[in-house]
Amino acid sequence: MEMASLRRPVATLFARLAGFLALMAAVAAILVPWEEARAKVFDPVSFTLDNGLQVVVVVNRRAPIVYHSMWYRVGAADEQAGESGLAHFLEHLMFKGTKTLKPGEFSEIIAANGGRENAFTSWDYTAYYQTVAADRLEIMMKNEADRMVNLALTDDVVLPERDVVREERRSRIDNEPGSQLGEVSRAVQFLNHPYRIPIIGWDHEIEQLSTEAAVAFYDKWYAPNNAILIVAGDVDPEEVRDLAEKYYGVVPRKDVPERRRVIEPPQNAPREVRLESPRVRQPQISVSYLAPSYRQAAQGDEGNEAYALQVLSEIIGGGATARLYSRLVVEQGIAGSAGAGYNPTNYDYSTFSFYVAPRPGGEVEPLEAALRAEIADLLDSGVTEEEVAAAKKRLVAGAVFARDNLSTAPRVIGAALTTGGSLEQIESWPDGIASVTTRQVNEALKDVLRDEQSVTSYLLPEPTS
Amino acid sequence: MRTPKCRALKSPRCSQSVALLIACAVALSIGLAAIQARAVEVQRVVSPGGIEAWLVEDHTNPIIALEMSFLGGAALDPEGKAGLANMVASVIDEGAGPLDSQAFQGELDDLSISLHFSAGIDSFGGSLETLTEYRGRAFELLRLALTEPRFDEEPVARIRSQIVASLSRESEDPDAIAGRTLRRLMFQDHPYARPAKGSEASMARITVEDLRRFVAERFVRDRLFVGVVGDITPEQLAAALDETFLALPAKSAPLAVPEATVTGGGEVVVIEKPIPQSVVVLGQSGIKRDDPDYYAAYVVNYILGGGGFSSRLVEEVREKRGLAYSVYSYLAPFDYGAMIGGGTATQNARVGESLDLIRQEWRRMAEAGPSAEELEAAKRYLTGSFPLRFSSSDNIAGMLVGMQLEKLGIDYLDKRNSYIDAVTLDDAKRVAKRVYQPDALTVVVVGTPEGVTATREAPNDGS
Repeated sequence: MEMASLRRPVATLFARLAGFLALMAAVAAILVPWEEARAKVFDPVSFTLDNGLQVVVVVNRRAPIVYHSMWYRVGAADEQAGESGLAHFLEHLMFKGTKTLKPGEFSEIIAANGGRENAFTSWDYTAYYQTVAADRLEIMMKNEADRMVNLALTDDVVLPERDVVREERRSRIDNEPGSQLGEVSRAVQFLNHPYRIPIIGWDHEIEQLSTEAAVAFYDKWYAPNNAILIVAGDVDPEEVRDLAEKYYGVVPRKDVPERRRVIEPPQNAPREVRLESPRVRQPQISVSYLAPSYRQAAQGDEGNEAYALQVLSEIIGGGATARLYSRLVVEQGIAGSAGAGYNPTNYDYSTFSFYVAPRPGGEVEPLEAALRAEIADLLDSGVTEEEVAAAKKRLVAGAVFARDNLSTAPRVIGAALTTGGSLEQIESWPDGIASVTTRQVNEALKDVLRDEQSVTSYLLPEPTS
Repeated sequence: MRTPKCRALKSPRCSQSVALLIACAVALSIGLAAIQARAVEVQRVVSPGGIEAWLVEDHTNPIIALEMSFLGGAALDPEGKAGLANMVASVIDEGAGPLDSQAFQGELDDLSISLHFSAGIDSFGGSLETLTEYRGRAFELLRLALTEPRFDEEPVARIRSQIVASLSRESEDPDAIAGRTLRRLMFQDHPYARPAKGSEASMARITVEDLRRFVAERFVRDRLFVGVVGDITPEQLAAALDETFLALPAKSAPLAVPEATVTGGGEVVVIEKPIPQSVVVLGQSGIKRDDPDYYAAYVVNYILGGGGFSSRLVEEVREKRGLAYSVYSYLAPFDYGAMIGGGTATQNARVGESLDLIRQEWRRMAEAGPSAEELEAAKRYLTGSFPLRFSSSDNIAGMLVGMQLEKLGIDYLDKRNSYIDAVTLDDAKRVAKRVYQPDALTVVVVGTPEGVTATREAPNDGS
């Protein structure tokens, strides 16, 4: 669910998120940093301005650069029925000028200062960021604060951008059978919750989005008290505080509605979706189950089911020696690829999914049977103490790498804080993982891997006969 | 942000684009002088055995990143065996020395060591990242992979099938189809025309003997370039270099890749696919990395469509008319030839219009070059954004390798911005006229385009 739509094409996301299975693989990869915090790894400094804007600073002095980002606690799942894609569309429109800057002028200012920028939208958050030389932070703040309150939109820039978004949708979804199937798969995974609707929106609704709707969404949700400023890099937290007060502190607080998300009814029947197309050359199968997010798990009896499920995901799909790959791909030789994915960083629900693809020329039915047998084996026998210990060791060791890349800390922190998480939770993530017991993993898998809350998706070549 | 060069041509040299960017630095004078003064210090480390590596020491985190490259890539794959280098890259970490595939991968997993290899067109790369505490074993596993890969039957069959599966998937992917076809048209019979991953047919012909010969002939010390970043001292690195690489043969036979000539052009190929959006790619002959005009071309390409929201292509195609999400141009300098490419993706009904706009901008750049304002803005961006490359250990290590491969000098990080700064408006106009040839653009469209007329059949995707 963390797949975000970006305003600007980014080669890695854009090119690689081709099929829905590829998407899941990518999600698993993107996930790693989310899971990689260690007590005092990021060591963030946090404070809140009088107008309610939370500020988080992570000092990283490797290079004289800074990552400046503004995260709003609003995403695609906060849209009203009939206006799908609006959160993402507004993200694009945030580059279209303010009362004092003409369309694209902020981007020109960023470029003139040697900065790079982009933005992304998920179901739960919308974020804008720039990476720039550390001594240019003030310029970024001045203009980011400006568009928090002074956005000025007119049809002559909004309407062409709507066409851009429709082209983005064609590139990402309509040209890709795997993505089309992924869209339908989500739509039946969630019977009621808006996670069923694609972030980018349904084309027939994107087509109808108006300037007025975008402005109304902006007025409703964009406010300092519904945002988080995250700055990482070669900065002094006290200087960041001074600048933040100067530029963001003057933006007035306003009434922002509570997020009202509907909940899923009991899911009483497994679902199957199937897409057959001559454009599919290699079949793929995925089985996904409704699973709790961090926020939901924290409200549960155990409290740490989300950690147990991360350990489970590592055991099943965490690399070339994980269960699915070693058994189905290496030992049985029946699959070409196999894996699992789980990301709990959502405001509401998450999913736990398995995916497999046969070797070229291989049949789908025996592979599906083999996957089902693995799932049955998990349910019957559970995972072992040794598997849990090894998975925990890998996950916790991996946390060190999260400190390396400048953008990892702000991405992890922003996603957590906009989905009901806390800095304490991020910093104590390794402890949370380390405390997971084998019994907890086995209980969590029984709780989640239930047929009636599953969706099986088949991506198949069109029969030639 | 987008790196179409790497994507479109599957160039191994993603690090090269880094080097290119390095190459650009004009001065925003004030702030940037300070930045450069604080930029990383590159040390030349030469082991007792004579193996050289460039090092950026950084003890902030207990992490070591190593990037390495052997000169010579997929372009050297034997006739009929395209995909050999890529297959070697995929299999040498699947069992080596006493460790079979699962034992080797299991140790990487257990110790959180990341070890990957990749085959580019002109080079063969390796990438290692480890926690300091497992440094010794990490270098040992790298040595085993390079010197004693096992090529056991199971992993060879498995990896071969995975590559065949990905080739099969790509055979219906419009971006992949367009890229392959363009390469075929641009480079004709030259090895650069062949897909680096080969074809299903060529994959079937590659034997374990081929894999072994590749390792023996290509992993050679006089073609090796190493960059290291992180928690390691020069003394420690010197010892590790000998332990890791001294077992490799010292000298190699000369590389035998012919010079590529991009000829003809102006042709339009349409590959019909029932998809709502057409993928458009185009290309012409380019400019090599060691050409004296390279930096000017680099700056001019940025202005035309090389990134940023202010590029002419983005302005005309996306911002003004909403025709596309993505529209771009890029330089692809290879060791034995070069091309300039571009592309977009747009709904079928508006392909003709989009293509006309791209050609028009290509022509406008060739005829008049950039304006003084555009040049100034490009230089400010390209120099000012240079430090952003130093955002992670593996990025920096990749830059260190790219600098060596391209013979840019160990002081390149300091000099790079001055090369960009030196590009004058006259240079930019002259070089724009020299490199951009709108009438020579070869175009490939995959989809059901309107407003485009094919001038020839699609070439065979032979390999």
